[in-house]
Amino acid sequence: MAMAEAAVARSEAGPKKRKHRGIRRSTGDWVFDICNYTFLTLLMLVTLYPFVNQIAISFNSATDSLKGGIYLWPRVWTLENYKYVFKEATIFHATLISVLRTVLGTVLTVISSAMVAYTISRPDYVLRKFVTIAFVLTMYVNGGLIPTFLLMKSLGLINSFWVYIWPGLIGVFNLIIIRSFIEGLPDNILEASKIDGAGDFRTFFSIVLPLCTPVLATVSLFSGVYQWNSWFDVMIYNSSNIKLSTLQYELQKILQNSNAATTAASAFANSGNAGAAQVTPLSIRATMTIVASAPIIMVYPFLQKYFVQGMMVGGVKG
Amino acid sequence: MTMENNAAIASPHVAKPGKPTGFKHFFKQLHAQRALVIMSVPFVIWLFIFKYLPLWGWTIAFQKYKPARSFSEQEWVGLEHFKFLFTDERFFRVLRNTLVMSFENLILGFVTAITLALLLNEVKNILFKRVAQTISYLPHFISWVVAAGIIQSTLSTDGIINTLLMNLGLIDEEILFLGIGKWFWGIYGASIVWKDVGWNTIVYLAAMTMIDPSLYEAAEMDGAGRFKKMWHVTLPGIKSVVIVLLIMNTGYLLESGFDVQYLLGNGMNIDYSENIDIFVLNYGIKMSNYSLSVAAGMFKTIVSFILLFAANNLSRRLGEARLY
Repeated sequence: MAMAEAAVARSEAGPKKRKHRGIRRSTGDWVFDICNYTFLTLLMLVTLYPFVNQIAISFNSATDSLKGGIYLWPRVWTLENYKYVFKEATIFHATLISVLRTVLGTVLTVISSAMVAYTISRPDYVLRKFVTIAFVLTMYVNGGLIPTFLLMKSLGLINSFWVYIWPGLIGVFNLIIIRSFIEGLPDNILEASKIDGAGDFRTFFSIVLPLCTPVLATVSLFSGVYQWNSWFDVMIYNSSNIKLSTLQYELQKILQNSNAATTAASAFANSGNAGAAQVTPLSIRATMTIVASAPIIMVYPFLQKYFVQGMMVGGVKG
Repeated sequence: MTMENNAAIASPHVAKPGKPTGFKHFFKQLHAQRALVIMSVPFVIWLFIFKYLPLWGWTIAFQKYKPARSFSEQEWVGLEHFKFLFTDERFFRVLRNTLVMSFENLILGFVTAITLALLLNEVKNILFKRVAQTISYLPHFISWVVAAGIIQSTLSTDGIINTLLMNLGLIDEEILFLGIGKWFWGIYGASIVWKDVGWNTIVYLAAMTMIDPSLYEAAEMDGAGRFKKMWHVTLPGIKSVVIVLLIMNTGYLLESGFDVQYLLGNGMNIDYSENIDIFVLNYGIKMSNYSLSVAAGMFKTIVSFILLFAANNLSRRLGEARLY
């Protein structure tokens, strides 16, 4: 389409007239477009390459991978790596914990954030200013690593699953985008429910919440990603308890080990299952990388509309 | 007269004109809005416990903190730890690293995101644009653990960078990038751009769609080409967004990140990779020097607070949108 246009334009324009543009595109434009498309394509390839590479290694026989030269596709196809990863008790359990904290954490975060957002969106709420400022202030001040750690200790949240849920329950950014969204809802809907005599709870659950589905999708994504990707809190609070480990933390431990001497690496390769399962740290790493990122990678493209909206509200409007 | 007396007797509370005030009214309102109160106050309590209570820990910075002793048994040393920090060579190095990396974050982040947004904005093919954008968000969604793993294997001695350089004959033997301190700042810059440039374009692209199309047409009439249009229409059109974000981000000058420095930092590059957060972690958790760690963290938070406050005010004064 563009080519036909340009060809017609050039033939119509006679000898190259740079000055006369109108809505036709000049050669200069064309060159720019070609460069742009090329550059962007290269960018996409560079972004995708590492993931394609990891997928290739994860589906490639571990011993064969050690020879190097695996770039875009597996040379010796195998499912051994995945079988090993999912049979490994620690990793299997860690995946369970990851899923649990993601689901539970997200649900609780969404409900709590929506509730608070609703209350501060109401102009007539007597505590509106107080609640808003209380939350916003936390963006400016932070107790720090040690004080927070000591607090968790005194709350009994060390070595506990709940340390994954409670501290991060409500994020101010999420709060703000939900509030903005609610404030953007047409007034007459909320008015109508008041006239009908519906109480605040009723209004919130039956009317506001369903209407907020788009922004709640956004918050769910942000919260879900945060929970799924968390590893530092596991390390700080629960590193001594293998039953509370998560997928990301297990991956992080493997990464640390990979940096260590190769003797440790071969020891790892020989430990675990005897005989049949041939796995190496390299193949485990690739496989776990894919397992740790696949869920999100498969979900986010479908929620693009929502998070773009969310970022616009949070960033542009303020 | 009698009518007024009756009225006065009939209503013991004299109705005040205008907005009623006073505690009684306040509690009345609270009661009337008790549903809203139940929906918010418990979370304010949560906020108080998890976000404000830790601030009490700042007292540790003024003590010679020993975990075994209770609060009243702690030894008070005043500003000793702060004095130590500001005369410690290591802390200055840490401060230097923090500032360098956060400036990198700021400048690189802006320049790359705006440039990419400009390029994407010029793409006329909707499908291509969609695909490019979707792919560009990918690194943002993976965790830093995964990202660090990818970066590590890319930079390793048998990774693709070294392989390419060797094959092109540019180097004779592999470079252990992560083992050379001086490379760290560059690696950091490249990492954060790779991870978030796509995501950062969202706000700018959104702002670009809000530019009045007739401005472009007018520019066409004046004979403006691609670049001229970008310079005279697009960039000015997103000016306000850029300014707000630029100002707000200077408030985070001391926040240079943590994940990258922790996951890619090691004993060999620590002189360049250790920033304030890593310093706090090293001294606090690893060396159990709680007091020094809290002092450093406190310093960072207070300076950040001042910067953010100033940034917010400046942005408000310029008439642009605020943070909240």
